[in-house]
Amino acid sequence: MSFILKMAWRDSRASRRRLLLYSLSVVLGIAALVAIGSFTVNLKQAIDDQAKGLLGADLVVTSRSAFSEAVLAYMAELGGERSRTREFSSMLVFPTAHDATRLVQVRAVEANFPFYGKFETAPLGAAAELQAGRPVVVLEETLLTQFGVKVGDEVKLGQATFTIAGTILKVPGESAAIATFAPRAYVPLGWLTATGLMNRESITQHRVMLKLPEGQDAEAVERAMKTKFAAERLSFSTVAERKRNLGAALTNIEGFLNLVGFVALFLGAIGVASAIHVYVRQKIATVAVLRCLGASAAQSFSVYVVQGITLGIFGAVLGAALGITLQLLLPVVLQGVLPFDVNFFIAWPAVGRGVGAGLVICFLFTLLPLLAVRRVSPLVALRSAFIERTGAATDPWRLILGALILAAVTGFAYWQTRSWRIGLGFTGMLVVGFGVLAGLAQLVAWAARRFVPRSLPYVVRQGIANLHRPNNRTVLLLLSLGLGTFLILTLYLTRTTLLNQVDLAGEGARPNLLFFDIQDDQIEPFKKIAAELDAPVMQSAPIVTMKIAALKGRPVDEIMREREAARSTAGTLESDAEKTPERRPAAAPRGGPNGRGGPRLSGGMLGREYRSTYRAELSGTERIVAGKFAGQVPPGAALVPISVEESFLKSLQLALGDEIEWDVQGVPVRTQITSVRAVEWRRLESNFFVVFPTGAIEAAPQTFVAALRTKSPAASAQTQRALVAAFPNISAIDLALILQALDSIFSKVAFVIQFMALFTVFTGVIVLVGAVLNGRYQRIRETVLLRTLGATRRQLVQIQLVEYSILGVLAAVVGGGLSIAGNALLAHFVFKITPVAPPLLILGAVAAATAVTVVTGWVTGRGVTDYPPLEILRQET
Amino acid sequence: MTPTAPILKVECLTKNYRTAAGPLTVLREVSFDLAAGASLAIVGPSGSGKTTLLGLCAGLDRASGGTVTLAGSELGALNEDGRAQVRNAHVGFVFQNFQLIPTLTALENVLVPLELRGAGGAAVEAEAAALLGRVGLGARCDHYPVQLSGGEQQRVALARAFMNRPKILFCDEPTGNLDGDTAAAMVELIFGLNREKGTTLVLVTHDLELAKKCGRILRLRNGAVVSDETLAAS
Repeated sequence: MSFILKMAWRDSRASRRRLLLYSLSVVLGIAALVAIGSFTVNLKQAIDDQAKGLLGADLVVTSRSAFSEAVLAYMAELGGERSRTREFSSMLVFPTAHDATRLVQVRAVEANFPFYGKFETAPLGAAAELQAGRPVVVLEETLLTQFGVKVGDEVKLGQATFTIAGTILKVPGESAAIATFAPRAYVPLGWLTATGLMNRESITQHRVMLKLPEGQDAEAVERAMKTKFAAERLSFSTVAERKRNLGAALTNIEGFLNLVGFVALFLGAIGVASAIHVYVRQKIATVAVLRCLGASAAQSFSVYVVQGITLGIFGAVLGAALGITLQLLLPVVLQGVLPFDVNFFIAWPAVGRGVGAGLVICFLFTLLPLLAVRRVSPLVALRSAFIERTGAATDPWRLILGALILAAVTGFAYWQTRSWRIGLGFTGMLVVGFGVLAGLAQLVAWAARRFVPRSLPYVVRQGIANLHRPNNRTVLLLLSLGLGTFLILTLYLTRTTLLNQVDLAGEGARPNLLFFDIQDDQIEPFKKIAAELDAPVMQSAPIVTMKIAALKGRPVDEIMREREAARSTAGTLESDAEKTPERRPAAAPRGGPNGRGGPRLSGGMLGREYRSTYRAELSGTERIVAGKFAGQVPPGAALVPISVEESFLKSLQLALGDEIEWDVQGVPVRTQITSVRAVEWRRLESNFFVVFPTGAIEAAPQTFVAALRTKSPAASAQTQRALVAAFPNISAIDLALILQALDSIFSKVAFVIQFMALFTVFTGVIVLVGAVLNGRYQRIRETVLLRTLGATRRQLVQIQLVEYSILGVLAAVVGGGLSIAGNALLAHFVFKITPVAPPLLILGAVAAATAVTVVTGWVTGRGVTDYPPLEILRQET
Repeated sequence: MTPTAPILKVECLTKNYRTAAGPLTVLREVSFDLAAGASLAIVGPSGSGKTTLLGLCAGLDRASGGTVTLAGSELGALNEDGRAQVRNAHVGFVFQNFQLIPTLTALENVLVPLELRGAGGAAVEAEAAALLGRVGLGARCDHYPVQLSGGEQQRVALARAFMNRPKILFCDEPTGNLDGDTAAAMVELIFGLNREKGTTLVLVTHDLELAKKCGRILRLRNGAVVSDETLAAS
């Protein structure tokens, strides 16, 4: 053992710097794993520490309609404290900004909001003024910036005027991301009546926050209320549930980010393997001498394994240190997304896990090329021609190691996602991705050998020849650079594709402004004013709110009670999916609406309030996929034919011909599904789950939604201003704002993913530097011989530039090609839209990747031409 | 030293290689034996199989047929690690291209054979330094191969070859890369140390003058022994 350690140390003398450089390839991958792992522990700790602040109360009860007396009385009997809030969207008018308007999320709160955590505002006193019930509003900072207003200015909400008291810094349980589509505006609940928006028909969330007496279990209260008030269709949030949801989301995000980080580690490990392969080839003579002197295969192998492990440990330690440093940066990267404060601390077990994963992968990849050491014949000391016999293509250990690497990758992916399907899928994707890149690289090398015209200048031919000659770097560089280009460019292309889709939706003659909450008696004057503003209403639709009363003859209350009973009997906590079952796979077998035996029904879809319309024909955004659309029924028909949207049908496990009884604001209406529609929801138009024929529900109370098109952003602002001034209760959605919001969301997500992808790109650059340096050691003799034979420095540099330019262009083209394919697949299978690949964006990416390759290659290879030939020739004698 | 029991016994040794053009026979049924303390020169034109024979005798490769018995061990019956142990215990090497480990100093190169056995410490280092002193490099212990001339490197290789007190020393063209004066000095050292340590010597060379310094000359042509001549002690 002492010989092995001594020899490993001594033998590394001339190559320590090189070995350390190799180890840098895995540093970023390990750093990513460590940073993400440790930061996630910080986040989980923060969730535990601030659990109650995550909700602001012990229990929050929400209803889409006003609470019944019975529910209010029950909550009062529970004891403790209560705080009511109402939430809805409305237009805020800024008189000091020429009556500019903006759709906001109004949050009307009571004095004791919140019970836990702190409502932080700037200035500090703003929250207190709000809680004191003064006519003030606390707004999102962005609104003040957008409209050039300041604290102390007035704004109008409905018919009431509020003074801006300050801006929102932090609200317990809410992330700033919540305000992406519409900024928040907090007003005192007591002033809601003055706005005239109390009894509006638009979606209003009625909420009661409960601070329960000591010892009372919020989840027990939730269960009791769910059973007792099944018909009320209440929804509940508890601290424990919020913690579970956040924890689950965090685990998912951590898993995803870790997989992205792992790609960097994997790439780095390939870089290490490739570098060690070159290193080992240079050490064959030394190994042969050791064997001649009596070293066993195991001893000489161990010498280099020790060096490999040391290299891995160095990379891991450096990676851990960098990871911990990066951990400090992550809160900045995720700023505005986190709903709570995070205290920084180093989570050593997480650091250990990251380092461990890095070491295992690095070690396995290091062993692969080192296996050749075992097969070095001592005869090589006599004749170097025997070197070729060290080729280990038939070595069974290579297969075993290959299998171990695949198992390690799959195991890691499983560890992160707890899903064998994803684990195997990730490994498969990695193998296919790397296989495609490696295959293309082989093809390039083959083409370089086969199709180089002799008429080309010598330096060009020599540069191209470097792509296929022994010890070439074609595969390694195409892999690392191609993969980096692929990841980054796919992100940009997907972003462009998504935004382009929304852009398209607003093109041509389609509406770009949508108004809702227009009252029955307002629709005609609304149309008149819109026409005068040169923005005539293109579409308008009545909206009738209703709930499902019975499905296929069984009352919904009964179905819901059974669901609750089944849950209690099972004694298990409902999964998150249960609360949003619309996301469940639609292919669940039909079990009927009974909640027993078959798959459970969507509670959310059963209990929610539906905003349906009636009309005689289909709109431009929908088509019939089953049955026949009925546009009209004679008044008083006993069974009304309706058309439903396809996901609605699947979520409620219904079929064509099934009956639904609706509670249309107290009036029962029996209907039968006679057609199913596919709806293009992306378009900014009024779309509905349920469409009634004319002649059935016209008499019900209703509001209208109207879509119109303005010719410019200025005209849009003017139209909104004028219409909101005339009808303060209505709200508008502006396509430009939707685009802006989408871009903002995508920017945030893309920033985090790009941050992770950069690990891969930088790893690619490090691998590139390592490969160039390796080539430098490999080719130094050749360069020296060329110099001895009279090659000028300029010619040598030109040869290098030709090689790196070709590699850069090829890597970028291959990466670009893959990203176009990746974007097309994502667009087709995930987003179901047409992919976009702007040539300029692709050309720019190809140019950038080429520039990075050429510059890195040139900078790293600079010194090669400066070597004195005599020194090298002397070394070889 | 008077030759006694054979330390090296070669019987019907054959070596074939598979090539693209078909099997290539490099050695054909070579047989000889060598007593401990004797010296043997293997001579012949290029491609006659000299180096292959040396490699097989030293256990650096497996024979296609026949046997090699070195210091009582039948090499064909041992695996590669077994042969490595025999080499470490009984064999010293001097190569034409020196084959020093470039990352080790002269002293460390000399120490390798004993360190492989787990030996070390001040006494062993002193012994290595003394051997380097014996070959005239006492002041160059800390120098790396690249800092030494060809002749100096070959002297370090010779010191390393004697470090494990080998029973037999195999030399492959030991003066092939050296100029006349340096080569002569090297030859003096090889034979001087050989006498001092009582080592058996097997030498592959093109140089007939050098071969004549041995007690016996084995001539090869096309892989077969064409003559086996015993000379009067020089």
